[in-house]
Amino acid sequence: MNETPALALQSEFPDVVRGVARQSGTREQWRVDVSKDGILPVLTYAKTRLGYCYLADITAVDYLSMPDPPEHRFAVVYVLRSREVAEPLVIRAFVPENDAVVESVTPLWNAADWLEREVFDLFGITFHHHPNLIRILMPENFDAHPLRKDFPTEGVGYRDDFPIVTR
Amino acid sequence: MKTHASRPLRFASVPYDPEAPRPPVMPDPIMSRVPKPDPDSGRTIFNFGPSHPSTHGTLRLVLEVEGEMITRAWAEIGYLHTGFEKLAETLNYNQFIPLSDRMNYLSAINNNVGYAHAIEELLGIEITERCKYVRTTLAEMSRIADHLVCIGMQAVDIGAYAPFLWGFARREDLYDLFEAFCGARLTTSVTRIGGMLRDVSEDFVPGVRAFLDKLEETLRETDRLLTRNRIWMDRTQGIGVLSKEDALRYCVTGPVLRGSGIDHDIRKVQPYFAYDRIDFDVPIGSHGDVYDRYLVRLEEMWQSIRIIRQVLDDLPGGPINVYDNKRVLPPKEEVFTTIEGMIHHFELTMPKFGFKTEVGGQIYSCTESPCGELGFYVVSDGSGNPYRLRVRPPSFVNYAPIEHLVKGATISDVVAIIGSLNIIVGELDR
Repeated sequence: MNETPALALQSEFPDVVRGVARQSGTREQWRVDVSKDGILPVLTYAKTRLGYCYLADITAVDYLSMPDPPEHRFAVVYVLRSREVAEPLVIRAFVPENDAVVESVTPLWNAADWLEREVFDLFGITFHHHPNLIRILMPENFDAHPLRKDFPTEGVGYRDDFPIVTR
Repeated sequence: MKTHASRPLRFASVPYDPEAPRPPVMPDPIMSRVPKPDPDSGRTIFNFGPSHPSTHGTLRLVLEVEGEMITRAWAEIGYLHTGFEKLAETLNYNQFIPLSDRMNYLSAINNNVGYAHAIEELLGIEITERCKYVRTTLAEMSRIADHLVCIGMQAVDIGAYAPFLWGFARREDLYDLFEAFCGARLTTSVTRIGGMLRDVSEDFVPGVRAFLDKLEETLRETDRLLTRNRIWMDRTQGIGVLSKEDALRYCVTGPVLRGSGIDHDIRKVQPYFAYDRIDFDVPIGSHGDVYDRYLVRLEEMWQSIRIIRQVLDDLPGGPINVYDNKRVLPPKEEVFTTIEGMIHHFELTMPKFGFKTEVGGQIYSCTESPCGELGFYVVSDGSGNPYRLRVRPPSFVNYAPIEHLVKGATISDVVAIIGSLNIIVGELDR
């Protein structure tokens, strides 16, 4: 079981795991696509049974302007590391735009706290049962999610709205 | 008798009007979350930063203190948010390299090689042997520079000035070597996709060897100044303890994780460049306090010296860049003298041309930077620009336990704890 943790996940959660791929090269890694509801059970299983005790990263991708777009707009990506296996496990879950809510993994790792806050801040994906889901990088009165593809890189116009300070 | 000319002020002075309308004050987001302490409990709210000399940039902490003991803390970051990840989507793969310098400006080369490595893995480019060795050397030199600054700044925050000065003298020597190699001292941008900016010159190797001998002396002096120093030990031992379990729950990386006694180093776990052919040790601490993190950094510099000596001993010859004109920028002499070279250069650099990538390709690639695991998650869409470039910043994850670490410490300990986490704000906020 140890040599193919991703396949173990697939046999354990057949209705949740959508696909398994392997990246070769110096950065060997297993990639698992799961459905949105399967994030917490899959990550719990990977942590407790497969030894992926270490959460390296949580991030998200907005597939809005991708040439060959997948079924849902967003993807939340989790990178797990194990102390026995060298390859990281990259778990990706697609999230629809109209229901951009996923279960928080803060019960498993405290590190998820700030990482999920960052994804919430920059992508607007909500994490259910997160203890303190507020913006972390942008100001709290900011009303957009800058890393979404429909947020322009320049010409936003916020600068024109700044108050003119006269003393 | 009047001997000089006088004149009224050039700008009309406006009489002070206390009733004049004030500019709107931005709401303080953190203070609205901080509960007011019970007046009978003797607790006060204390603001620390964002422009405090020990915050090394723009970190902010709001502390609830009882006397001088911290009972609770709230961290606020984002003052230096630059939007590098958004900006990367408008640049081609080579154009992001100067931005990677600006993230961790104290060890820019580590960011350069980490980024170039991620893109090479995405595009499937196998770099040359010489390039692997040169990158290993430069990355280790940059690691030494970062650790020297970290220990020096930590010492100067706590009150010892000499280690700071001596470390900075060696760092200047390092920056001279960087300057001789690439022309820049701080923001180096040394890598290109598929190779380096240029090959190292003939006097690079003897220069580095001479530097290593000088560095050894400095490390011994720093060791003699700090390691058994009574004041240093009192200020750092047992302060900011991150236990083994907490280190795993907070998923910290780098010297902070190894200071807590966990043997984890990307250079060993998933070796890249020349690290799998080199003999070096991974120092690990046992207590997870500020003192152990200092010792780990000091020992890592000794290991970096070992690594650089081995790499220089068997530095292979041959070309430094991959000769693949469809994916790697051609050498400049070819660009300036031949039509093929110029066309290839044009095709790689102009918008709407550039790298041919896979639609929906993705990779998570990480290297061990001085702060910890520096990861890049790249998604490609077939064009020459990254569709999404996520930087997994070690500082961001390492700073997350700060609210837990400062609990029970005194305000002067906060300075020592922040210094020992080695937070680079450019990378923390990106």
